[in-house]
Amino acid sequence: MSHGTSHLELQDHEKTFLDSNELIINMGPQHPATHGVLRVILKLDGEKVLGTECVIGYLHRGVEKIAEHRTYTMFNPYVDRMDYVAAVSNGLGYCESVEKLLNIQAPPRANYIRVILTELNRLASHMLWLGTHALDIGAITPLFYTFRDREEILKIFEKYCGARLTTHAFRIGGCLYETYDGFESDVTRFLKFVAPKIEEYEELLTTNRIWVERTKNVGFISAADCVALGVTGPVLRASGVKWDLRKAQPYAAYSEFDFEIPIGTTGDTYDRYLVRMQEMRQSLRIIEQAVGRIPSGPIMAKVPKVIKPPAGEIYHSIEAPKGELGYFIVSDGSTQPYRIRVRPPSFVNLQALDQMVRGALVADVIAVIGTLDIVLGEVDR
Amino acid sequence: MLDYVTSYLKSSTTPGQAGDVLWSLIYILAIFAGLSVAVIAMNWLERKILAHMQVRLGPMRVGPHGLLQPIADAIKLLIKEDIAPTEADKWVFWMAPLLVVITAFTVFIVVPFGPTHAVTDMNIGVLFMLGVSSLSVLGVVMAGWASNSHYPLMGALRSSAQMVSYEIAMGLAVISAVLMTSLGSEDSGTLSMIGIVQAQASQETWFVFKFFPLGLIAFFIFAVAMVAETNRAPFDLPEAESELTAGFHTEYSGFRWSLFFLAEYSAMIAVSSIAVTLWLGGWLRPFSHWLSGDPWETVFSLFPGLSFLVLAAIAVFSTMRMPKHPYFKIQKIGLGVFASVLLLIGVVLFLPPVRDRVQDIFWFVAKVAAFMYLYIWYRGTFPRYRFDQLMKVGWKILLPMGIGVLILTAVSGIYF
Repeated sequence: MSHGTSHLELQDHEKTFLDSNELIINMGPQHPATHGVLRVILKLDGEKVLGTECVIGYLHRGVEKIAEHRTYTMFNPYVDRMDYVAAVSNGLGYCESVEKLLNIQAPPRANYIRVILTELNRLASHMLWLGTHALDIGAITPLFYTFRDREEILKIFEKYCGARLTTHAFRIGGCLYETYDGFESDVTRFLKFVAPKIEEYEELLTTNRIWVERTKNVGFISAADCVALGVTGPVLRASGVKWDLRKAQPYAAYSEFDFEIPIGTTGDTYDRYLVRMQEMRQSLRIIEQAVGRIPSGPIMAKVPKVIKPPAGEIYHSIEAPKGELGYFIVSDGSTQPYRIRVRPPSFVNLQALDQMVRGALVADVIAVIGTLDIVLGEVDR
Repeated sequence: MLDYVTSYLKSSTTPGQAGDVLWSLIYILAIFAGLSVAVIAMNWLERKILAHMQVRLGPMRVGPHGLLQPIADAIKLLIKEDIAPTEADKWVFWMAPLLVVITAFTVFIVVPFGPTHAVTDMNIGVLFMLGVSSLSVLGVVMAGWASNSHYPLMGALRSSAQMVSYEIAMGLAVISAVLMTSLGSEDSGTLSMIGIVQAQASQETWFVFKFFPLGLIAFFIFAVAMVAETNRAPFDLPEAESELTAGFHTEYSGFRWSLFFLAEYSAMIAVSSIAVTLWLGGWLRPFSHWLSGDPWETVFSLFPGLSFLVLAAIAVFSTMRMPKHPYFKIQKIGLGVFASVLLLIGVVLFLPPVRDRVQDIFWFVAKVAAFMYLYIWYRGTFPRYRFDQLMKVGWKILLPMGIGVLILTAVSGIYF
């Protein structure tokens, strides 16, 4: 196998069991459990992992470069294609960043609609994570349950803006679409429908002996390491750091809702699982509060016909389902951004993989890739 | 000719023991055909049952309710291009699936479907089954080695380690059941599969209930070990598709792959039939001592026919629920014909001479089928063990439990 200047080869040879040769195998980019086109080169001693190297870029579409040749409005749909399972969050982050650059505020009604849709999207993203994570660990059934329930969320998206996955739900300055008739009742019905379903998932997994054995003390990462690597989102919170941008730097309408930040204690895969399950419940709480008191009023702020932000730069980040999603936009005063840099949570979290799996077994690599909840569209952009 | 047939029907030994070559061959062919049908049926059932557990429909397109799907798949596999990797060791690559499938089928010559319904009755029946079925490890290792690729090699290593370790726990559980055969008043211990069931008949209890809970624990050990032995979920590490793509048979395709598939399912049936024979009374009907006497005999002898009638009723119900659209006309007719075939079999099974003759086979098959359902259920429920955890379960839990049960069984055998 030729993989150029791999750091795996440059390392001193570690001592292997029985002084046998270490085995270098290639996992991906076509592999059922690497969640897309991630390629991981594994250095193994038997089943034990001595080191990993991620090779990314198989899904690189040059999203950041495309931005330099599009107007601010034209670039909006492109961000949906980064983390395609949490397109609404991507859109929210981008729209808010540009709004910040333009120094305008989305009206309260728009903010409420944004919160509801974003939290629904967080649920959808976590459901997809749960299904695939469980599938990687060998439980095939939860996948179908979560996809069944995620469908209900996608139906709401479809009714709201016509698209299911890459929604393009928000516009710079607010929302383009008014809520459809029966939006509130649809969401309320969904909340009632999904609460027992989350219990159902937990029933299948939380106390399942095999599940606990497979995830407890697997892929441990300490809070200090998380901070050092820049890991955010549920992974960081599972290590015991109470850091959630919805609370730390409230955006949209999040300061108006009462919700908790679930945190873990040990930072292993099981904790990350529990944190995400709790987050799903907290999302339900936020949606429940929001849907009951959507204020009336306009859904679009006064936005100039041609968006031409003053020269300057801005960094704005939101709490996407997978962690901190930030946009760094440099404007040169023209209609097109001079440079956009996206800080994708998946990309940053993926860097923790090597540290989390060193000394573990091959099966743990799969579990850890699952628990990091990466989407390759976002890693490669 | 007729005399030959009737003389056989009255015989009380298996054709192998009687030295009857023709009837032995007929039995071998019948078992081979039956197994193939069972594997095909199992393929369909697994996909359907798993699908319904997972809120989906499973195969629906090929034939009514996907009934012809396994046949379509078989044809597809047969006409596929036969690919062997360039780097593979051709001879070993060719031999491996054959070895696996031959061992998987050979064990069935001692499986007793009834007191006389077996190809032969060996005095070392259980030993023969365990020995021959563990030869399949060799095929798996050969497949992994000959593929000359990393993933199959790791799959094969995992698989061989797993099968060898669980065989020990399995063997201990089997010994405690064999020990129980020597405890009846007129019995001496036996390893013969037929003898074991007859011991359960004469001791008036299935061994799973013997020395409660000792028999149950031994049965439990076997039931866990047999899932590991056949590489099924939650012990399906060798073919953990999320880790090793397809494990030892990654490089196999087409017909060779289907041989592995065939072997896996017939191995499942084989170990289930050992479990049924050793602990669940083999061909004995439930409550054969508690609910004895002529009326009860008659009631229980109706079960084979009744079960087919139930199946026929389900098929008829499904036929009536088929969409009215003319597009479904052929499927509707097909399902109707299937229902009437089931109905016909059911009615035939009610005829007194047939009824008495198939009783044993029915109860044996029903018990094995229950195990097959368990296999599917496990697959739909459990996540997969990690390799070290699997070894831990085998060596640190099941093995000590097996030794303990064996000692306690021996002690209780002496004192009770």
